[in-house]
Amino acid sequence: MLITCPYCGPRDVIEFTYQGDGNRERPQPASQNLDAWNAYVYDRLNPAGDHNEIWQHSGGCRAHLRVVRNTLTHEVLSTAFARGGHKTESRS
Amino acid sequence: MAEYSAFSLLKNALTGNKDWKPAWRKPDPKASYDVIVIGGGGHGLSTAYYLAKEHGITNVAVLEKGWLGSGNVGRNTTAVRSNYLLPQNTRFYEHSMKLWENLSHDLNYNVMFSQRGCLNLAHTPAQLDDYARRGNAMRHLGVDADLMSVDQIKRLVPALDVSGSARFPVLGGLMQRRAGSARHDAVAWGYARGADRRGVDIVENCEVTGFLRDGGRITGVSTTRGEIRAKKVALAVAGSTGRVMQLAGISHMPIESHVLQAFVSESLKPIIDTILTFGMGHFYISQSDKGGLVYGGDLDGYNSYAQRGSLPIVDEVMSEMVALFPGLARVRMLRSWGGVCDMTMDGSPIITTGPLPGMYLNCGWCYGGFKATPASGWCFAHTIAKDEPHEFNAPFTLDRFYRGLVIDDKGQGATPRLH
Amino acid sequence: MSPRRTETGGRIDRLRTIRFTFDGAPYTGHAGDTLASALLANGVTLFGRSFKYHRPRGLLAAGVEEPNALVTVLRGEVREPNIAATMVEIYDGLVAVSQNRAPSLAWDIGALNQLGGKVLSAGFYYKTFMGPVIGPLKGTRFWMFCEHFIRRAAGLGKAGTAPDPARYERMNAFCDVLVVGSGPAGLMAAKAAADQGARVILADLEAHFGGSAHWSGETIDGVPAADWAQRTVGQLEGNDNVRLLPRTTVWGYYDGNTLAALERVTDHKETPAKGEPRQRYWAIRAGTVVLATGSFERPLIFPGNDRPGVMLAHAAERYAVEYGVLPGQRIALFTNNDSAYRSAVALKKAGAAVVAIVDVRGDVSNEMRRLASEAEAELLAGHAVVATEGGRALTGLKVQRFDATNGALSGDDRSIHADSLLMSGGWSPTIHLASQAGARAEWDPARQAFLPPRPTQRWIGAGAFTGSFSTAEAIAEGRAAGLQAAGGSASSAPLPIVEATPGDPDPAPVFEIKAKGKSFVDFQHDVTAEDVRLAHREGFVSVEHLKRYTTLGMATDQGKNSNVPGLAIMAEALGKPIPEVGTTRFRPPYTAVSIGSLAAERFGDLKPERLTPMHDWHIANGATMYSAGLWYRPMIYGLAGETVEQAYVREARATRESAGIVDVSTLGKIAVQGPDAAEFLDRVYTNMFSTLAVGKARYGLMLREDGLAFDDGTTWRLGEQDFLMTTTTANAGKVMQNLEYFLDVIWPELKVTVTSVTDEWAGAAIGGPKARAILFSCVTGTAVDNATLPFMGIVHGRIAGVPVMICRLSFSGEMAFEVYSGAGYGTRVWEALIEAGKPFGLVTYGLEALGTMRIEKGHVTGAEIDGRTTARDLHLDWMLSKKKPFIGSAMMDREGLISPDRLQLVGLISLDNRPFNGGAHIVEELDEANPHDSIGHITACCYSPALSKYIALALVKDGKARHGTRAFVSDPLRNRFGPIEIVSNHFYDPDGSRMHG
Repeated sequence: MLITCPYCGPRDVIEFTYQGDGNRERPQPASQNLDAWNAYVYDRLNPAGDHNEIWQHSGGCRAHLRVVRNTLTHEVLSTAFARGGHKTESRS
Repeated sequence: MAEYSAFSLLKNALTGNKDWKPAWRKPDPKASYDVIVIGGGGHGLSTAYYLAKEHGITNVAVLEKGWLGSGNVGRNTTAVRSNYLLPQNTRFYEHSMKLWENLSHDLNYNVMFSQRGCLNLAHTPAQLDDYARRGNAMRHLGVDADLMSVDQIKRLVPALDVSGSARFPVLGGLMQRRAGSARHDAVAWGYARGADRRGVDIVENCEVTGFLRDGGRITGVSTTRGEIRAKKVALAVAGSTGRVMQLAGISHMPIESHVLQAFVSESLKPIIDTILTFGMGHFYISQSDKGGLVYGGDLDGYNSYAQRGSLPIVDEVMSEMVALFPGLARVRMLRSWGGVCDMTMDGSPIITTGPLPGMYLNCGWCYGGFKATPASGWCFAHTIAKDEPHEFNAPFTLDRFYRGLVIDDKGQGATPRLH
Repeated sequence: MSPRRTETGGRIDRLRTIRFTFDGAPYTGHAGDTLASALLANGVTLFGRSFKYHRPRGLLAAGVEEPNALVTVLRGEVREPNIAATMVEIYDGLVAVSQNRAPSLAWDIGALNQLGGKVLSAGFYYKTFMGPVIGPLKGTRFWMFCEHFIRRAAGLGKAGTAPDPARYERMNAFCDVLVVGSGPAGLMAAKAAADQGARVILADLEAHFGGSAHWSGETIDGVPAADWAQRTVGQLEGNDNVRLLPRTTVWGYYDGNTLAALERVTDHKETPAKGEPRQRYWAIRAGTVVLATGSFERPLIFPGNDRPGVMLAHAAERYAVEYGVLPGQRIALFTNNDSAYRSAVALKKAGAAVVAIVDVRGDVSNEMRRLASEAEAELLAGHAVVATEGGRALTGLKVQRFDATNGALSGDDRSIHADSLLMSGGWSPTIHLASQAGARAEWDPARQAFLPPRPTQRWIGAGAFTGSFSTAEAIAEGRAAGLQAAGGSASSAPLPIVEATPGDPDPAPVFEIKAKGKSFVDFQHDVTAEDVRLAHREGFVSVEHLKRYTTLGMATDQGKNSNVPGLAIMAEALGKPIPEVGTTRFRPPYTAVSIGSLAAERFGDLKPERLTPMHDWHIANGATMYSAGLWYRPMIYGLAGETVEQAYVREARATRESAGIVDVSTLGKIAVQGPDAAEFLDRVYTNMFSTLAVGKARYGLMLREDGLAFDDGTTWRLGEQDFLMTTTTANAGKVMQNLEYFLDVIWPELKVTVTSVTDEWAGAAIGGPKARAILFSCVTGTAVDNATLPFMGIVHGRIAGVPVMICRLSFSGEMAFEVYSGAGYGTRVWEALIEAGKPFGLVTYGLEALGTMRIEKGHVTGAEIDGRTTARDLHLDWMLSKKKPFIGSAMMDREGLISPDRLQLVGLISLDNRPFNGGAHIVEELDEANPHDSIGHITACCYSPALSKYIALALVKDGKARHGTRAFVSDPLRNRFGPIEIVSNHFYDPDGSRMHG
């Protein structure tokens, strides 16, 4: 599997660390809404198909990327910095 | 249907093996059942078997979308053990072990459970202490465990490099002698035949496409072979849990589906007579009766339903193998495959009523589901029949995560790929 | 001259004789021979024994699909089992032995299994060996007794235990076009792509490029195909943008057009050249892959089809044309298609007598009839072979009239005298890589074969791989694929002209001749046609059930021979067309791959070693090293004759009495810098850091999001926006990753950067009553008195001229300082401190003494922060700020995390004055015979020189309430039981007066 890092270009999956479901929203730090915290910490969207994920280029520039990847085919559809910007569409 | 025995084998051989009957029937689904079990894998089949055997509930259908046993029951490395750290897990898996020990007789099907032991190698003093903690925890629950010295280990597995020149020399190990391995497919087939003999309908090529509801209550399923109603609908779909729950309108679960690869070498004369795990990485190996070395390692580490692995994990697993067995570098990997594991947030399973009325859920087996097969079905059957968990599965609720009652044997927290 | 060697022909070098042994007997062959061709030339007919029945077996094939002739290759003590003799290139001194036989290949005791006959049918073992339900053999015992013998009988070759001395190498390669297979299609593709300027890799698993051109007997552009292939390879060799990889099996097609290949670099050499690895593992990232992997000829299924002397037709053609070896003198052929006629002519030309061509088809074309006459063979159209005769070599066969439309046999059988029977059951494209790439194969009823699926990754097929079995088609498709892969436009230039034997590519749909006797489908695993039908009777009808129940296709050839015939027999039993039975998805590897090659450079070097800057000093000064993750750290600096306990007790006692120094360079160190650094730390740590003064340090605790304890350490405020965080050694990487995650994903608005500086700093902790005096004697540029350097204060100065940073903090509980210097100067500063300490009795101490002093103080480490404990469990709740939210604050008060029966940190004192063991458990009631009801466990233990007692830290249920009570240590694993007292974890100097000094 190759993931295209906006800084470093296409790199092998071995350089990346998976940080899971990118749809999760962390409650505001002071939030006391336990359901929201529980959902954030424990619940995952786990689709068979396109999945919005966070990956860290830990063996490279160490940036976190927002990656849309298909969990049935492993095709990487797009990558962007998690901070925003520099989206790369890649279709094979 | 005929009992299997050496006698029946001989008798049939004399008539040219023409009289053997199907191991299980291929019925069309009925319009309704008392219980529908979704998932014709090991856990679904054992659930149906124990519903019939232990609770007299025989008006049961097992629905399988493909061929029976096509999931993880036929894709694992066949280890059976109950060497856990935390008592909730140990009690459950020990119950499973006891069912395993009599399973071939119970099913009248030789599942080839061979108690050749499971040895966890320790490579640092701290790791030896960790294993001692675990072994003692097991002993305090009546489960067998022993520490082995390097000399004992060398005698047991002569091919293993225990030398001080190894990057991670072996300092000792934790042995569970009653652990072992079984013939994985036979477990599915044996349970299928056993359930079928007690009247359960096993329906293959029947994919669930939706749930029937009456108000909030689940009252059946729609399938590729029509609608089927049931008083109770039980899910045992492992890696497909997310997909099936989505059909029930539940999009989020404390589960990620990950791919785990496994490997087998070409057939060799006996060289490893136990199950062995490496302590400074993630690697486990045993040898099948046919002679193939069966081994595996870590998850690929990302969500996947593809049943296909990635190359870096292949390299990692092989590197660990030859670190332990430098004499096996010329042995060749013959097959590899991937299974989809339903990884939970604490590495322990879920067997529970709900989460919707009329629904029962069995999932979250991570990559330890094979050894759980008997107890999983046994406990799930109890939960379905009685509408409450047995004490063995009472801790394995869905709400334990939210309540802070996680059962985290590895202490890794809510990062599924690390369990 | 060998009895079977032809006079001329082949690509062997007849002037070079190679000497080798097989099962101890000396043989000769020629350069260019495989072990299979050389043994065949020597008249050897018996090559192996089958897996289950131990039946005698000869060569079935000439290539990688060989299921029978498996050997073990020996190089000294090192064994390489299960290698197909067809893939072993002979070299002088080659030692090969046969497998799965005792005492010898000719006389094998295991052949008695054949007497088991029908009892040993498919899946018989599931129905028996269960043993008695009660008595001494109940449970699993009877099965394990039987299994012992089954395991010995099973298995093929024997692996060695001597470490493999070979070196393996990994290459990462990148190319525009990877061409797999070097037959005419592959060569054309490579040439076309190379001519476009693309970077091309051409790989073939055989030693020589050319594929079928070596033995097809065809001409291309007016020259023999083999010469054309050689010329084309020559053109490719001259190109800078082409890499040629012979002896290289592309075995895996992974995601992202990454392909894995194994190059056998020196397996064919007596002695590798200097620096050459045995094998090279290629990971190839290809823009586009051209799959030109050809096809496999299928066996026909009929009684006795496994007898030595029965061979695939094209394999015989290869042996004759490519190696100059005849498989027999009197050859018969049995076919359902036209390709065998070409084989017959080739063998006739090579000098064999072709006695008969048995064709299941009644209507054989005139062209084929002409070829049969050319081969001077009797054509038996509408006939089938129903039996073979002979023992370890074929002596003859029986044929009967056969109706291909209904499979019926009729008339009397007729015997034909022959020493070789060649069969052709049609051809299956080699679609394995395409299937691995992620799609299902598609059945073609005309070709009677599975054709490649539509691509799901970037590959293009060419030649027989696509079902285009003629060389002319292969050449056209190869060029088109090469051009397309290289991004070129289609060419209208003339193609090389092929002169080939004619033939219809479509076989008759006949797979099996049903007659009396065992007909083998999977040769190696002894799966018969009857086994397939038994599987059908018992309901194992899906292709995967068939495979798993009968083991069809699970042998080392992975179904390359048996897959389609097995499916066909099942389809017939079911009365369904073949595609409805399905096909299994192929998975890596295409052929078996050595495990050493996959480890490559990591064979013998699994993980990196992390060494502190002072590592060599420790070794030189008698330290016993201890492996901690990837790090090595001193355990003790033992004196002659000391036990480990004596050493650490001496070290700890000396530290508490005068001073000790320990290497703490392994602690994780992270620079946290930026305008929002203090705010960030407030969110990350449970306690406040924004209030920390510049020049001061503070102990901090981090939780995970779920509210459990994560890591602890001190963080130093070096400037208003500049912090140095320290973490535990074990968690350094995890903490770093966690901080990066929060900054990048959760709080991108915070202006903070984090940098791992673990390896930039060397650290030494010096503690004890004399520690300050030692510093005073060697530190310049700063005072170190209590006013300048108070508890948790930081100063900058120099030691031995080296700039250092000194923080006064204590893990040992003594007055102590951590001295950090640039890593490159670590040893210099360390030595200077030791020199300065000499007059004060300074000792070096290792992890054992460090652990002892921390246990005495009741500090926690990874043994207690084990991912299951909370701050409260560890009595660190005083660190949970109520003034601000922090990571984990919202989750830490959930019911499960505050319940009273949680394990809590306590101290233990041994009341029988015997040592504890780590991992021992605690019970209220001692029961040595049946230990039960554990209430906790020991996390760390030692002999305490300060208390003169054996003590431990433990996690015990409701531990705090048990202070002052008695219980028992229960350690059945090591048979250590005895009374204990539960006390506070703060054993020593609980008010901290020593460190505050």
